[in-house]
Amino acid sequence: MTITDVGDRTAVTGHELRDRAFRLRQRMMAMAADKGEGYIAQGLGIADLLAVAYFRQLRFDPAWPDWPERDRFVLSTGHYSIAMYAVLAELGVLSEEDIATYGLNGSDLPMSTFDETPGVEITGGSLGHGLGQGVGMALGLRLDGSPARVMVELSDGELQEGSTWEAAMSAGSFALANLTAVVDCNGIQADGPMVLAMEPVADKWRAFGWAVEEVDGNDIDQLCRAFDALDAHPDRPKVLIARTTPGCGIPTLMARERAHFVRVAEGEWASLIEELEAARG
Amino acid sequence: MADVLNRAGGMGEVAEVAGPYEIAPFGNELVALGRENPDIVGLSADMSKYSDIVPFMKEFPERYFNAGVAEQNAVMMAAGLAKVGKIAFCATYAAFLSRRALDFIAIACAHSKANVKIVAGSPGLVNPYGATHQSLEDLVVMRSVPDLTVIDPCDAVELRHVVRAAAATPGTFYIRNLRGKVPVVFDEQDFTFEIGKARLLRDGTDVAVLSTGFMTERALKAADAARAADVSAAVLHIPTIKPLDEAAVLDVAARVGRVIVIENGLRSGGLGSAVTELVHDTGLDTPITRIGLHDRFHPCAAQWYNEREFGLDQDAITGAVITGVWSGR
Ligand SMILES: Cc1ncc(C[n+]2csc(CCOP(=O)(O)OP(=O)(O)O)c2C)c(N)n1
Repeated sequence: MTITDVGDRTAVTGHELRDRAFRLRQRMMAMAADKGEGYIAQGLGIADLLAVAYFRQLRFDPAWPDWPERDRFVLSTGHYSIAMYAVLAELGVLSEEDIATYGLNGSDLPMSTFDETPGVEITGGSLGHGLGQGVGMALGLRLDGSPARVMVELSDGELQEGSTWEAAMSAGSFALANLTAVVDCNGIQADGPMVLAMEPVADKWRAFGWAVEEVDGNDIDQLCRAFDALDAHPDRPKVLIARTTPGCGIPTLMARERAHFVRVAEGEWASLIEELEAARG
Repeated sequence: MADVLNRAGGMGEVAEVAGPYEIAPFGNELVALGRENPDIVGLSADMSKYSDIVPFMKEFPERYFNAGVAEQNAVMMAAGLAKVGKIAFCATYAAFLSRRALDFIAIACAHSKANVKIVAGSPGLVNPYGATHQSLEDLVVMRSVPDLTVIDPCDAVELRHVVRAAAATPGTFYIRNLRGKVPVVFDEQDFTFEIGKARLLRDGTDVAVLSTGFMTERALKAADAARAADVSAAVLHIPTIKPLDEAAVLDVAARVGRVIVIENGLRSGGLGSAVTELVHDTGLDTPITRIGLHDRFHPCAAQWYNEREFGLDQDAITGAVITGVWSGR
């Protein structure tokens, strides 16, 4: 078995994880290039979080994505598919040929992650579906005495859906210690910057009975420390609030208006990829 | 790259608008109405841009309420606004309205005959994002809700008239919205829209094509092509799915003797079913071919790609009108 269980998590170096995050960004840019793809900014923003989740936190067997004992990673924000496919390619679950078809008519990889893709746990795209299903998974795994844990990614936009808070209340009530939510707070939604007053996000989760850590979601070391800190709460669900920057890793995209659908001109992709390489430092 | 399915920024627009078009007919008409009537209010659920309601939001920020990504609350807020005397236009994608917010549309709105106008974008296969965003069943589901008026306009001109008629008529409406560049099919000069009335756009003797929404443009083109092939096709445009113009349907069904129904929605349960039920219940034995979407989730792909795949493109429709056999079956 080739599970990604790293045993002693603290032994994984920040350097290794930053390497992974960089490669995820490279893969995303290659997938998006010249396809008019608008969700690249979100993908770049969540790359660090995904690197830490998959290469430090989760137990997952790339050779057997359906392994019953696996930790479940639920991507609730289905339109972040480009990021998920980059991870699955980095793990070897998806092939280079698979991800080359991203964004094309006839591709097997949907624009939102659907659970027919190996390694994808739920059908996303309709926002607000992830946390409730994560609660169900956590309840079922706990019932079976399984050591597997559930990690649910959701976006700040999804914090506006009622279904998210129905799920949050139930998880707190059921004291689901095997459930961790990671919230990608990138400050944008479809209409631009957040249209509702969202803060204080952390206090909302606390009030629902969750253990909370809040970090810069583009800082690998902070992310690792936050996950470790959350482990100190064996009696309740945990949430990591990650403040991320859309377009992270590519200064031109980071500086662009905080728009949900970032526009990249046809000839611009090559120079953005160069920027990514240069900014690696 | 020809085979790219996604057009950044153009999300939820009808594909390939070749002829004349208008930009944002819904939003612009709502602005005009808002100037005339201070009780008009607008809502969206984080889809202001993608519903074309931005012109109203800009002109009347104090009368515009964005619920965030919260379709159920958007509809509930619209119902509440209606209950204190407002005329509430609530716009987002059809898929999220007709699935997530259905209970609130049925009970908070229709059951109360609340003055709420649900404006539902990206109908049928318009959206390339697959099952979650494509609204296959909204006409079916909405047709099943009592006290709800359901309208699928054909083009920009009709959409504007529908919005105006809905504002002037108390009660809950479900209106399919077309955004961005919206084709102009009808001539404003001699255009009339009446809620619940179908319009005979062409008369004919061999086959009657009954269609709704933007499928009527294809029905008209098919009828023209059929004429060249010596087939005389009538076209009855039925923008109001509910209440159905029964007299108009029965008239062509009885006179012409062969019926094809075309809709941008499930071929079972929507307009095709409504027509079939009516014709059958009346005792007519007119043969009916229903053209529409299949009972399956459809792939992520551009609208034109899926429509070609599933027999809803112009060629398939023209072929069905001329030969009587639909290739999409
Ligand atoms: C239930 C539902 N409502 C609306 C949408 C349309 N939609 C797609 S992405 C998006 C923005 C949501 O904001 P967020 O999830 O924070 O995403 P970001 O802008 O960061 O990509 C919306 C409203 C959807 N996919 N699902």
